[in-house]
This record gives sequence, structure tokens and C-alpha cells, in this order.
Amino acid sequence: MEVGDVDAGTSLHYSFEVQGGDFGKAGDASSKVKRILQQIGADPEIVRRVAVACYEAEMNVVIHAHRGTVTLDADLKYITITIEDVGPGIEDVEMAMEPGFSTAPDSVREMGFGAGMGLPNMKNCSNELHIESTKDVGTIVRMIFENA
Amino acid sequence: MNAEILDAPGGLTLNDVCERLSGEIICRAELCDQIVTSACGCDLMSDVLAFTRPGSVLLTGLTNSQVIRTAEMLDLKAVVFVRSKKPDERTIKMAESLQIVLILSPYPLYESCGILYNAGLSGCQSRNQAVGA
Repeated sequence: MEVGDVDAGTSLHYSFEVQGGDFGKAGDASSKVKRILQQIGADPEIVRRVAVACYEAEMNVVIHAHRGTVTLDADLKYITITIEDVGPGIEDVEMAMEPGFSTAPDSVREMGFGAGMGLPNMKNCSNELHIESTKDVGTIVRMIFENA
Repeated sequence: MNAEILDAPGGLTLNDVCERLSGEIICRAELCDQIVTSACGCDLMSDVLAFTRPGSVLLTGLTNSQVIRTAEMLDLKAVVFVRSKKPDERTIKMAESLQIVLILSPYPLYESCGILYNAGLSGCQSRNQAVGA
């Protein structure tokens, strides 16, 4: 996959599929996102914030949803990560934002996730976090990072 | 204050880390001359993702591939698996391709952390952050 520099007036766009329940591949999409951002020479601190937030969101898809898509859009000003899934949706987004709130099963907790820190982490890492969720349909999480 | 705490104020090489833990390097031994100055001991990957400084060492009792993914996202240099728990081949291969050093420590998590803290590796939060000051 060839990735050029982000020149003025140009932008890049990539999408990666994520399979719900596939813990073996969980993190692959975020790993690709991170590598692309490194290749275009984005600031390492911003790359780390995007990678952490994207990984938390990807884990949520693997843990909770049937399937999803991670999309990376970047231009000179902003990096945007959009994670769209088909799944149960988040019943109460405000409650889900509370540190420590989690509906993840014990099997996921044994892997070191499901401690209720995912959404708060995503909020801390990004400049903007938007969540749209419909019960029994799915969730769209959009995170915007200023590409300073 | 224990004089040992300032044993290595400039940090430790990963070789030193391994030696002090009487450990075994199982991945990327050639990268063990890198110096680290901070560490994090934790089994909750979300906490690691929230609080760990880049370039740190992670000590953990978990051995699944998500530990390596977490280390990758944060640019961590090494992972120490405590109580000599060895991850499977696939997980070791993943760390190898990401140039992450893997060390097995025979000690439990608390003791492993204590040994490295005494040797001069700081935590990832300042004292003030930890107590909310």
C-alpha cells in the first residue's frame, strides 16, 4: 500500500473492517492506522493519541458488536477516526462515559479490557468525540484530532 | 529515604532490567541496550493506555496478544511478564515484528515492580498527579 505525503489541498482516506468477537485480530486496524500516520510524518505525540483512542474504539467493536469499520481521514488540519458498527448499540451514552461503567463480560475483563475506561480514554485522547447510537442497530463514534 | 532509590537516576538499560529481575529475554535481545526511565505494573490494559508514558516498560501478569497491541500503541520499549509466564509463539512473533523486547521475570508483579522501583525506575505518574494535587 503506497501512501504519499499529505500535501496542501489533498487528504487521505482509508477503511478497515473489524470482526466482532475476533480477539486474535483485535487491534489490527488500529495498528494499520498508526503505521499510516507514521508514514505521512504526523507528530509522534498525536500519532500515539490517535492510536490509543482508535484501539479502544476497535476493542469496543470486537467486544460488543457483530462487525464494524474503522475509517481514517486525514488532511493537514485534522485527523478523523470514525468507527461504525452493527451491534446492540449503547443504551445510555452518558452512563457509558462514566469512568468504571462497563457492560463487558468477565471473559473480556480477564484479557485486561472491560474496566470501563475505554470511552473516557477516547475522550481524553481526542479533541472532539461524538457518539451516535441506536439500540439494536449500532453505534457511530467519531473522533477528531487537531493535526498541529 | 532509601539510598537505593536513586541507584540509577539516569534510567536502566533493558539488560539491567532483566539482570535485576534475574529474568530471561525471550524476544529482541539485540535491542536491550536501550535505556528506560519509567515503568508501569498493571493488568488492566485500559489503565495502561490511559496513564503510561511512551518509552516505558510494562510489567504484567497477562500474556495475550492485546498486551503487545497495547505496548505498540503507546510506543513502549519492553514488556516484562511476571511469574515467568510465557506468551504463545504468535504473541512473541508479533512483539518481534514490532521490535518490542520481551522479558520473563520469575517474581510476582508486586516484587518485580518493587525491584525496579528500588533500582531507580520511576512510575508513570508524578506523586502530585497520583494524589490529585
